[in-house]
Amino acid sequence: MAEGKNGPLGNDLSRRKFFTKLGLGSLSIAAVGTAAFSYQYLEPNVLYEPSPVVNAGKPDRYPLDSVTLDVNNGIYIIHSAEGYFSISAVCTHLGCLTAWKQELGIIACPCHGSKFEQSGKKIEGPAPKPLPWKRVWINDDGDLLVDRSTDVPALARDSFVRV
Amino acid sequence: MAKTVDQYFDDLQQTRLWRSIFRSGPGSSTLKRALVIQQNVFLHLFSTKVRTRVLSFSATWYLGTLTLGTFLILVATGIPLMLYYHPSAPQAYADTKDLQFVVSSGMFLRNLHRWSAHAMVFLVFAHMFKVFYRGAYRPPREFNWVIGVILLLITLLLSYTGYLLPWDQLAYWAITVGSNIASAVPVIGDKIHFLLLGGHTVNANALLRFYVLHCMILPLTAMFFVAIHFWRIRKDGGLYNHDSEPATVRARNAGSAVKETN
Repeated sequence: MAEGKNGPLGNDLSRRKFFTKLGLGSLSIAAVGTAAFSYQYLEPNVLYEPSPVVNAGKPDRYPLDSVTLDVNNGIYIIHSAEGYFSISAVCTHLGCLTAWKQELGIIACPCHGSKFEQSGKKIEGPAPKPLPWKRVWINDDGDLLVDRSTDVPALARDSFVRV
Repeated sequence: MAKTVDQYFDDLQQTRLWRSIFRSGPGSSTLKRALVIQQNVFLHLFSTKVRTRVLSFSATWYLGTLTLGTFLILVATGIPLMLYYHPSAPQAYADTKDLQFVVSSGMFLRNLHRWSAHAMVFLVFAHMFKVFYRGAYRPPREFNWVIGVILLLITLLLSYTGYLLPWDQLAYWAITVGSNIASAVPVIGDKIHFLLLGGHTVNANALLRFYVLHCMILPLTAMFFVAIHFWRIRKDGGLYNHDSEPATVRARNAGSAVKETN
């Protein structure tokens, strides 16, 4: 009242405009919060998906120079002269399950015709990338384990496991 | 002194009940017929008057109306299908087989739903081609073309989400491949893939999300845009033919398209 007719904020901001801005501002903040919470809600916090670590059993199940497809887990267990290794069986193109063609000695995708070598190296597309290698190790019980969530360098010494 | 059907209908229209519901009374004056359209919540989206020439088959081939027809069939068959279908991983495939082989008329409803879905995708494309080649997307109809593109995308998404619901091998791998295409979006592709499936692989969460999208979110969104689409037809000067273009547009096109009109 002491500041006179126009109040402390001056002419530019009448009381009505101030409350309009306050209201719209509050609504905007609430809208941003709602958007953020909605996004969080849509993202599941707990997934009841199978563990990325697969127990592939005793290594001696896999004879030398064999390629074994684990259909349920989408991986190959391969026993080569250098040792055991595992590569993903999920095509890097659009996620179809590939198959090992024993007679041709290649891995082939039934969906769009991508072909890979036994080492995962791409022979022909449309797949953009080779099949990734997965970390393998032997646990205390002597079982061969594969971690599907961890990629390792192809053909690297540490990417094989020897028994 | 037998009354004709029209006379019975006139009598009906004079009853207090009819007048209270539909407001307009008997008679068939131009005003009366215009009011029938204008005062009906569903019909008021449309023009109160239409030239019969615009309603000829050659003007539109009725492709938009036929698309609406398939959509209504899909709603009418989809709701009864929901009564027997559980969107859960252990039950979805068995329920689909039950619908096909056990439920009375289940095979009829499911096949009608399936064929109407195929027909709707075909008709939407045919409708768009017809609109495109007639130039009906030109001003003032350009915004309604945009609405039409949104409706095309909703139709394709409805088709795609419905594909997963039988939960067979075809469905599983089609959605695996399709959702991996979404991953190809730069930067946020993997996030879209994760939110769409509710996980990293096509599993129970993905089935439920696709079911909700297919039965609730997408049909309601489609109805919303269909309403705007129809309302815009009236606002933009009615169904398209060259005579329905506003005078200003005709004048503007006249210079550039003299030969075309000959």
